[in-house]
Amino acid sequence: MTDVTAMTATQIAGLVATGAASAVEVTQAHLDRIAAVDGRINAFLHVDTEGALAAARDIDARRAAGEELGPLAGVPVAVKDVLTTKGVPTTVGSKILEGWHPPYDSTIVERLRAAGTVMLGKTNMDEFAMGSSTEYSAYGPSRNPWDTDRIPGGSGGGSAAALAAYEAPLAIGSDTGGSIRQPGAVTGTVGAKPTYGGTSRYGLVAFSSSLDTPGPCARTVLDAALLHAAIGGHDPRDSTSIPAPVPDVVAAAKLGATGDLSGVRLGIVTEFGGEGAEPGVTAAFNEAVATLTKLGAEIVEVSCPHFRYALPAYYLIAPSECSSNLARFDGVRFGLRVGDDGNRSLEEVMSLTREVGFGPEVKRRIMLGTYALSSGYYDAYYGQAQKVRTLITRDFTAAFERVDALISPTTPFVAFPLGARTSDPYQMYLADLFTIPTNLYGGPGISVPCGLSDGLPVGLQVMAPTLADDRMYRVAAALESAVGTFTPPAL
Amino acid sequence: MTTTLPAYDEVVARYEPVIGLETHVELGTNTKMFCGCPTDFGGEPNTRVCPVCLGLPGSLPVANKAAIEATIRIGLALNCSIATWCRFARKNYFYPDMPKNFQISQYDEPLCVDGYLDVEVNGETVRIGIERVHLEEDTGKTLHVGGATGRIHGATESLVDYNRAGIPLVEIVTKPIPGTGALAPEVARAYVTELRDVLRSLGVSDVRMEEGSLRCDVNTSLNLPGQEWGTRTETKNVNSLRSVERAVRSEMLRQAAVLGAGGRITQETRHFHEDTGDTTPGRSKETATDYRYFPEPDLVPLAPDPAWVQELKAALPELPRLHRRRLQQAWGLSDADMQSVLNAGAVELIEATVAAGATPAAARKWWLGELSRRANETGVELADIGATPTQVAELQGLVDAGKLNDKLARTVLEGVVAGEGSPTEIMTNRKLEVVSDTGALTAAVDEAIAANPAIADKVRSGKVAAAGALVGAVMKTTQGQADAQTVRALILERLTP
Repeated sequence: MTDVTAMTATQIAGLVATGAASAVEVTQAHLDRIAAVDGRINAFLHVDTEGALAAARDIDARRAAGEELGPLAGVPVAVKDVLTTKGVPTTVGSKILEGWHPPYDSTIVERLRAAGTVMLGKTNMDEFAMGSSTEYSAYGPSRNPWDTDRIPGGSGGGSAAALAAYEAPLAIGSDTGGSIRQPGAVTGTVGAKPTYGGTSRYGLVAFSSSLDTPGPCARTVLDAALLHAAIGGHDPRDSTSIPAPVPDVVAAAKLGATGDLSGVRLGIVTEFGGEGAEPGVTAAFNEAVATLTKLGAEIVEVSCPHFRYALPAYYLIAPSECSSNLARFDGVRFGLRVGDDGNRSLEEVMSLTREVGFGPEVKRRIMLGTYALSSGYYDAYYGQAQKVRTLITRDFTAAFERVDALISPTTPFVAFPLGARTSDPYQMYLADLFTIPTNLYGGPGISVPCGLSDGLPVGLQVMAPTLADDRMYRVAAALESAVGTFTPPAL
Repeated sequence: MTTTLPAYDEVVARYEPVIGLETHVELGTNTKMFCGCPTDFGGEPNTRVCPVCLGLPGSLPVANKAAIEATIRIGLALNCSIATWCRFARKNYFYPDMPKNFQISQYDEPLCVDGYLDVEVNGETVRIGIERVHLEEDTGKTLHVGGATGRIHGATESLVDYNRAGIPLVEIVTKPIPGTGALAPEVARAYVTELRDVLRSLGVSDVRMEEGSLRCDVNTSLNLPGQEWGTRTETKNVNSLRSVERAVRSEMLRQAAVLGAGGRITQETRHFHEDTGDTTPGRSKETATDYRYFPEPDLVPLAPDPAWVQELKAALPELPRLHRRRLQQAWGLSDADMQSVLNAGAVELIEATVAAGATPAAARKWWLGELSRRANETGVELADIGATPTQVAELQGLVDAGKLNDKLARTVLEGVVAGEGSPTEIMTNRKLEVVSDTGALTAAVDEAIAANPAIADKVRSGKVAAAGALVGAVMKTTQGQADAQTVRALILERLTP
């Protein structure tokens, strides 16, 4: 048998379905790979060896009993540590939740189990999903398999690195401002942010409730679509979940893979041009645009004049919500508690716990958000940012009257060296320049590898209207069919 | 403080009070506001909890439709406008009894606004403006162990019970109520009483102040006539109707003393003390936290369908004031009689007793007489006295059937209150039934006449009133179980031509 860790999820599922490989064999192969390489990558915060093998045995038993299994049965998956997993540690990359074993599964994890996938473990991330490099993880950064001195993106760098290092064929991420798409771009993998409300947030430890969106990560567009279909759909436990069926993203990915985009009109956002992206990224993007044209797509330029306000609006809305969402981490009910020596007051214990438990970026955003929501400043900051959000939504709506989808580079720059941007938060924030507008609008976006720049992957982003997630899969799959997938040097 | 308080008459002659009331009502829904946990009172600590009401990371709220419906019905009963679109908001502050360190409440977009409630004070109708009615979640309860005060300072341990966390809570806020003068305390009490009755008639809450399912904060300020309203204080821990009245009065007296001595009133929260009838300062509002309200992003906006609201409006029960008016007519009571029924808290009890078969007069006699007396003596609410309307109606039925006389009926009622069973059971078990066997009675009568020849002669000579002594003798030998009227008739039958 060839090395299953090099296979796509679709191929692995085929092996398990036909009995050519057992789920246990597949799982063990990935656990072995993790054991071999993760010391250099640090993609995983927790590997659930026992749980994974037990789940795999269960799949094998069910298959042996003749049970009809889903299209991803027996496929291993890595889960970003932002989602609760019953009895399995969930830290959100933070010291403040060290040692916490949630008493319940998130909806996404429940659905992963129901689909017969095998959860390998929990992946590294910037603390509370705040960052673009995983350098803000309290457990050390993950490293990019393309160059281990470089970042794998963030916040979901662990999930993306696990895919690029062949530690897992599928992974789950969460995207608040680009945390699925930007890591996908810089690791040469595929990452999709579904329509807000298209995937349940129940059990997703909240950073910014109105923006957070869990979604699929994979090495191919079809694999991402299969995972999307498995985890998506209405969840009555999440009020913001949309009571509508998941668009047929799998069919769309298969349609796109035929390499025909005739009749598809794609828009390039004027305001993303200029000095937004570094030259190598722009070059790879332009080449991809030429490829898309060859596949039959019509390319037009559209103006989205308010996109330039997206980054500042995002850095008011997300921190505001985070300042409230993270208030519950106070050492009273769960997680870390510091200074409870019988002499200190409750307020002192709460303050000390938060002082010690939160890292610098989290504290920065809590302070930003607390300020933005303060009496007397609310209208000027939070209120104003909400207005900008409405204007950005209108820009998208107007654009989608002219085009089927928008395309852009996923991120302005390729994977940067560790430490290059940690001293200047704004330089870090720029990584999400092209991904943030989609979050503010609530629509879907996908990053698909489109080429290399100096040997490092570049991603192309496809943005579609809300609830038209299928469109972006079609375009991404078509591009993938033309440019192929990208494999990093051997580790 | 040892300041001498001024006389109440002087205070109201000099100042004009403005009051306002904020009432919190725990709804009687089966499940909590944002999760499926049960809401029943009295469970072991932290047994009515789940990830959502514990605020565990990743959990999300889902609004309880029954609670929204109840809030809209309250709003309609209070003549409010119902929002066609509104949102929940987060009220952010740190406190360990609040699992998320924010409370899901409503801020500038409440579900119901701008209504009123008419209440009667001394026969006059006072219209109390309702500012808003909104829906929120309750907090948990903190218990401070060790230390002398039971409060957080000096305690060795603090324990939190989250069973109450997330129970739906409706906040009803009045507009400021000026112009009530000396009647301010009574108006406050009448408002809370009427509100309680409205809520009870809607069936949305058990409205028990002593269990905290109805909680009231009282705002009070004083101003000189013609001047701007004064600085207000907010009095908490007001746990009974009587306390509402006392708290307003006490705060009026205290503020008048401060103002009279040239001082100024501090805007603050004060705590009412049931035992002394005083208020003492709590948290000062001048240093109050900034709650950083913002729309709750985990919940979608509420947009009640106007057709549904119309349906709810059409299905509202008859409200207490109208209901009382109808009962007063049906029972043929004067205003004063009706008032005494109201004061005794006996309206529903009498109504239920009548429904169980007693006449209004008989029902009123028992509830306002014997049972009210016992309730007062033992200090319990009339409704909790231990006798039910059905039992009272049954008792009256035994009297009407001649099986009990008034005295025996009182004895049976004592047994009912003591929990000995139904009136019929008690009558039988204790052998209290009226002796109506005329054979046995005739013998007792003859015996009494024989034993008291002098008295018998008096009656024979026309002094009919003297028969009373013979009746007493018969009652004594029959241990009170004879019907006095029958005995009297038998005696006169023998001794008069």
